[in-house]
Amino acid sequence: MNTDIQHILTKYPNAQRDDLIPILQEVQEFIGFLSREAVVIIGKYLKLPTSKIYGVATFYNQFRFQAPGLYTIQVCRGTACHVKGSLKVLEAMQRELNIKPGETTRDGLFSLEVVACIGACGLAPVISIDGEFYAGVTQDKIKNIIDSYRRKAEKIEANA
Amino acid sequence: MIQIEVNNKPVQAREGEMILSALNRAGIRVPTLCFMENLFPSGACRMCVVEVEGQRNLIPSCAFPVADGMKIKTHSPRVVKARKTIIELLLANHPNDCLYCSRSGNCELQNLSEEFGITQHRFKGTTAVYPLDTSSLSIVRDPSKCILCGRCVRVCEEVQGVSAIDFAGRGSTSSVETAFGEGLNVSSCINCGQCIMVCPTGALTERSRINDVLDALDDPEKVVVVQHAPSISVTLAEEFGTKPGKDIAGIMVAAFRQLGFDRVFDTSFSADLTIMEEASELVQRITNGGKLPMMTSCSPGWIKYVEQFYPDFIDNISSCKSPQQMLGALIKHFFAQREGISPDKIYSVSVMPCTAKKFEGDRPEMIHDNVADVDAVLTTREMAKILRMRGIDLNSLEPDTADSPFGMRSTAGKLFGATGGVMEAALRTAYYLITGSDMDDYKIQDVRGLKGHKEVHLTIGDTEFGFAVVSGLDNARQLLEEIRMGRSDIHFIEVMTCPGGCIAGGGQPHSTDIKAIRQRMQKLYSIDRDERVHFSHKNTEVQRLYDEFLGKPLGEKSHHLLHTKYVKREEVLL
Repeated sequence: MNTDIQHILTKYPNAQRDDLIPILQEVQEFIGFLSREAVVIIGKYLKLPTSKIYGVATFYNQFRFQAPGLYTIQVCRGTACHVKGSLKVLEAMQRELNIKPGETTRDGLFSLEVVACIGACGLAPVISIDGEFYAGVTQDKIKNIIDSYRRKAEKIEANA
Repeated sequence: MIQIEVNNKPVQAREGEMILSALNRAGIRVPTLCFMENLFPSGACRMCVVEVEGQRNLIPSCAFPVADGMKIKTHSPRVVKARKTIIELLLANHPNDCLYCSRSGNCELQNLSEEFGITQHRFKGTTAVYPLDTSSLSIVRDPSKCILCGRCVRVCEEVQGVSAIDFAGRGSTSSVETAFGEGLNVSSCINCGQCIMVCPTGALTERSRINDVLDALDDPEKVVVVQHAPSISVTLAEEFGTKPGKDIAGIMVAAFRQLGFDRVFDTSFSADLTIMEEASELVQRITNGGKLPMMTSCSPGWIKYVEQFYPDFIDNISSCKSPQQMLGALIKHFFAQREGISPDKIYSVSVMPCTAKKFEGDRPEMIHDNVADVDAVLTTREMAKILRMRGIDLNSLEPDTADSPFGMRSTAGKLFGATGGVMEAALRTAYYLITGSDMDDYKIQDVRGLKGHKEVHLTIGDTEFGFAVVSGLDNARQLLEEIRMGRSDIHFIEVMTCPGGCIAGGGQPHSTDIKAIRQRMQKLYSIDRDERVHFSHKNTEVQRLYDEFLGKPLGEKSHHLLHTKYVKREEVLL
């Protein structure tokens, strides 16, 4: 993976620290997340300590530090969803998956993201899994939804 | 000078200076949290706000320059209320476990809370629970006690040039983190402990070895020996309330004996020994065309810094172990043999001004056949705690002297405690090695004082040599860059990790006061002035050690016991 991002860096000759965010964005788009190796390479290129890059990247929601899972779950925490109880939904999701937002489960199946509003306030509280929307989600529904994806993944594996 | 008016009284101020510095000079105390002397103000905490006539908002005095005729109120009701609210908000999510906190009684947040008469928990926020970071051999991080003042981040970046930590996250979930939130042990942290020195709360502390040492002292099977670094005798008393700059060498030795240490040795002895080896190494490198400039190796933070940031300079570092490790090795391999004690029965403690010494003591290079040169490293602060725990009253003790065969020192060895001291001691002995006679004037003024970068060119024999002394690793970095760019007039460089040297080390009494550091330094200089043995090579115990055991400097025994190797570190997140 080490040299993978070189082609991105070469697009930024004489790069300064202001180029950090665009570089991070391109690297994330390319690898899917910000790997340690990539951050170390970017740090060397821009002469920035990794702690500083990590600090900048954690300031923004858009950056992630783990490879995305097979399925990406977005929990909406917009105003309407919040009023309809999305915090409870998020907490239940964290318990079910045993991860925090921005992380990926150990089995590599799910990654969890929090989004501000997915523009489906009429369906609040709403979650989206790989673009598929689930409306009026409550705590009790979470396990069923997740289990259906677990079964789906098992099937894929069995066929493979 | 311009005139400003503070609390209806005229005050003189210097053009362009910040309000806070004018107030401090006039003896008007304004509380601060994020403020750090000599660094660019960050204005983050707003504790130092004052009311300035004509300004609608309260003004952070640390970051606002004075202007002629400015009218300032430092303790108006509006100001005091704002400051008090800041403290109350900081306390809203701060753990209430002062009773169990190692900084209790010595905590800036606690002091401010007391100063503002805060007696109740007015705002209740959710206390974020972060796991303790105990991964480092030197430093423990407890982010739940952090108030985000940013002083640790700034000292790490701006003074040391390391940047192992930075702010991560945003808003109410911000925290100070290493890269990827990993443990300090895999970060670029060099263990210097300057972050501990500037931390206002208990969020950063040393990794304590107090219990291990007490257990050893209570173990009748163990022969427990202690060594104390050159700077300890001029700082330990401050932990007991005396003014900075008091030397209690004799009383300290007596106190250690009373604690139950079987032998008390002086690391300044092995500082003299280091000089014999290091000066010989320097002369050898110069005469045999070895790698130059040679760089000192006594400061373990600096060693890790080079290993991870400048591995191309590893061969420039003197192969000498630090005085702590030299004495540790001699205790286990010479003293033990002479006294007929098995090395594994010896528990060897060192009292150091330093947190990086804890890391150094546990380096695999410092352990041979499961016998570590040094078993436990205590900071000055930890030793003071042990003395209090065991009820030792320093005022009632009669001064005592350290034990033979490692108890004698020259004043050159003692100077190791301050920046420039190793250089001065090394030059005195190198001069002797090259010319065969001692310098007429042993005092080398150009390498003295608290400046972060000092240089001197001296003619020894018939050749001119260049010497540089840097402290604070950002100063070292600049010099290394100059050398990379081709600078070649410097032959020998002393580097101390902490600005000012060991007297300002990360294990010293909590203080960021430059005046205290200056007084400690003056004390070391006055010891050098008042005592009679000024040359490491005139230390008769060192001479005897060479006669009876080591043979000659850089000899085979020395090579085996007193010298070491360094490693390029590629595993850390730089």
